Amino acid sequence: MDPKTYKFDTLSLHAGYQPDKNAGSRQVPIYQTTSYLFDDVDHAAALFNLERGGHIYSRISNPTVGVLEERVAALEGGTAAIATSSGMAAIFLAIMTLCESGDHIVASSQVYGGTANLLRLTLPKFGINTTFVKPRDTQGFQKAIQKNTKCIFGELLGNPGNELMNMPEVADIAHNAGIPLMIDSTYQTPYLCKPFDFGADIVVHSLTKWMAGHGSSMAGIIVEGGKFNWMQNDKFPSLTKEYEGYHGLSFAEEFGPVAFTMKARAEGMRDFGPCLSPQNAWNVMQGIETLSVRMEKHCANAEKMVEYLLAHESVAWVSHPSAPDHPDYELAKKILPKGKGSMIAFGIKGGKEAGTAFINNVKLASHLANVGDTRTLVIHPASATHSQMDEATLKFAGLSQDMIRLSVGIEDIEDIKNDFEDGFRAAKKPKLVANK
Amino acid sequence: MKFKVNNEEVFASTGGRPFDKNKPLIIFIHGSGLTHMCWVLQTRYFAFHGYSVLALDLPGHGLSEGKSLTSIEDMADWINDVIDAVGFHQASLVGHSQGCLVAVECASRYPNKIKTLSLMGGAGAIPMNPELLALAENSDPKAVDLMMDFAHGPSGHFGGHPVPGLYHLNTGSMLVQSKEIKDTLGVDFRACQNYTNGFEAAKKLDLPTLSILADKDRMCRLKDGKKLADHINGSEVHVIKNCGHMMLLEEADQTLAILKKFILEKYPII
Ligand SMILES: Cc1ncc(COP(=O)(O)O)c(C=O)c1O
Repeated sequence: MDPKTYKFDTLSLHAGYQPDKNAGSRQVPIYQTTSYLFDDVDHAAALFNLERGGHIYSRISNPTVGVLEERVAALEGGTAAIATSSGMAAIFLAIMTLCESGDHIVASSQVYGGTANLLRLTLPKFGINTTFVKPRDTQGFQKAIQKNTKCIFGELLGNPGNELMNMPEVADIAHNAGIPLMIDSTYQTPYLCKPFDFGADIVVHSLTKWMAGHGSSMAGIIVEGGKFNWMQNDKFPSLTKEYEGYHGLSFAEEFGPVAFTMKARAEGMRDFGPCLSPQNAWNVMQGIETLSVRMEKHCANAEKMVEYLLAHESVAWVSHPSAPDHPDYELAKKILPKGKGSMIAFGIKGGKEAGTAFINNVKLASHLANVGDTRTLVIHPASATHSQMDEATLKFAGLSQDMIRLSVGIEDIEDIKNDFEDGFRAAKKPKLVANK
Repeated sequence: MKFKVNNEEVFASTGGRPFDKNKPLIIFIHGSGLTHMCWVLQTRYFAFHGYSVLALDLPGHGLSEGKSLTSIEDMADWINDVIDAVGFHQASLVGHSQGCLVAVECASRYPNKIKTLSLMGGAGAIPMNPELLALAENSDPKAVDLMMDFAHGPSGHFGGHPVPGLYHLNTGSMLVQSKEIKDTLGVDFRACQNYTNGFEAAKKLDLPTLSILADKDRMCRLKDGKKLADHINGSEVHVIKNCGHMMLLEEADQTLAILKKFILEKYPII
């Protein structure tokens, strides 16, 4: 006897949506509205008191966005989710739902540049400070935990150096300290890895990337695992104690495995308002419908590019967990069995000048500040995404001047390679072509 | 709210309002392996509309201490102890699934205390599939997956939770797994399997009774729910369409509307 619950590919098309309750519309309708009629005064009060489920105002929730939320929760194996206007909004909302002024975070040093700036420069303005630990330094996470630490935060595959965090071990460290592990799983998507299976408690995504997949729409999401017991200690009073904003409600007591999401919505969406537009939610869902097929092709193309780059005379080094010489090759096989993602970092011989010439002379690969598009993207982090960092911070974040970051698209692999040949040819004589 | 029953600490949600001894008491009894949280879309309404609400965690479940009770009869007696412990002389009972067995047994044992009975996804007996019972008694997580499959209707399998952003199957699954599976679900399933007094207890009842059933219920089938109702004198029956066993969440609004009408009429605030 086996459960006949729907599996991943089916959920990515159907989860969260009931056509019979939407005029039979096969596609998810776009509820382009700000607000929702109350049946009567009693109904209005019931919605505001969280007595009944439903929608009040699209800053708090929206039916189209709600389908996306359930869909991603289903795909991640989470209990609930809350979508936001961008990935950064999701990270900010998650941290603000967890932390008070005076609290502390332990974070991987290899995170997206925006996240690094949020943790390093912006959150201290709110009294929330962060200690950074290199992703491979598992014991370092343990050592960095303080009495006021409220979570460990990391990206599984550090951006952009491709260093893998030992998620199961770091999860144990967090849980022994009575705090949750929060993982930014943007680069993996639930197709490659479900962090909840490896001990994570909260997952955040920039849906802008592979989940939406087509480079068209900004979106983010927080997903709750539902396993973390907020009441095991007194570290999370705003989740466990009486909350003034809702008649003395204790989120953890009343909502248990969905307490975090309920608080993020009731407080964070109400007070900060980083809501996702229904149109963008719909665009993201279009992408998610083909998540499996796209990720398979992204990963296949990436592995072919790794082979190609490893054999190339103009390439100094290649970093991707599918390469046998990658330090995390074995761990990656365990945590990322279906594919290691489509982000490759490589060093170009000739350093910064050669890198600039390469980037200026590829024509198919797009030079821009994004990743996870269906199209192949390239960037030189030291001069773009991470340009606010000084030399030392750059090094700590796992970056170097010769590094090119490549987000492999799903074009024909031969076309990508031919394009790179043009780039490498130009890079050999950077003086002649750099300023074409 | 936490209080002691037979020297063990018990947790019950009071629906977001302070517990008030001057308001009529409604007790909500959850099903196998679950907790007070499955009632959140019914309890808060009554708590905000003049009732005192206790959505219990049975002993050993959710936030309650102690060991799980091993028979439906013990659970029925324990509900009686709860009513005494909070200083009430009477209460209305609302049960779901296994909670219906408990509520019926309790009402038949304590006819002077129990004023109305509301049964959701109930039956007179809940014989267990032997394989599912064995999996639960061995703490195999597959028991939870199977339970979630059987407990949700075709729509619930897709989602469409009344509370934006929540996903039925995984929320239910985490509720059941908040404690060791064999200590909660395993013990509860065995108690259901062993209980044979349902129809006899039902025949003794003489109080306003409501049955809310669902046409796509695969845990306690519609015909079994109707059979129980047929054994209860004057039982009111409502069938929710295109809904599974978890009607209290899958079709929370419809369930609440039916329950509201029944309770306000048969157990009014004086
Ligand atoms: C890993 C990671 N997390 C978060 C973000 C921020 O997401 P967004 O750009 O949607 O705000 C990005 C964006 O590049 C990212 O790559």
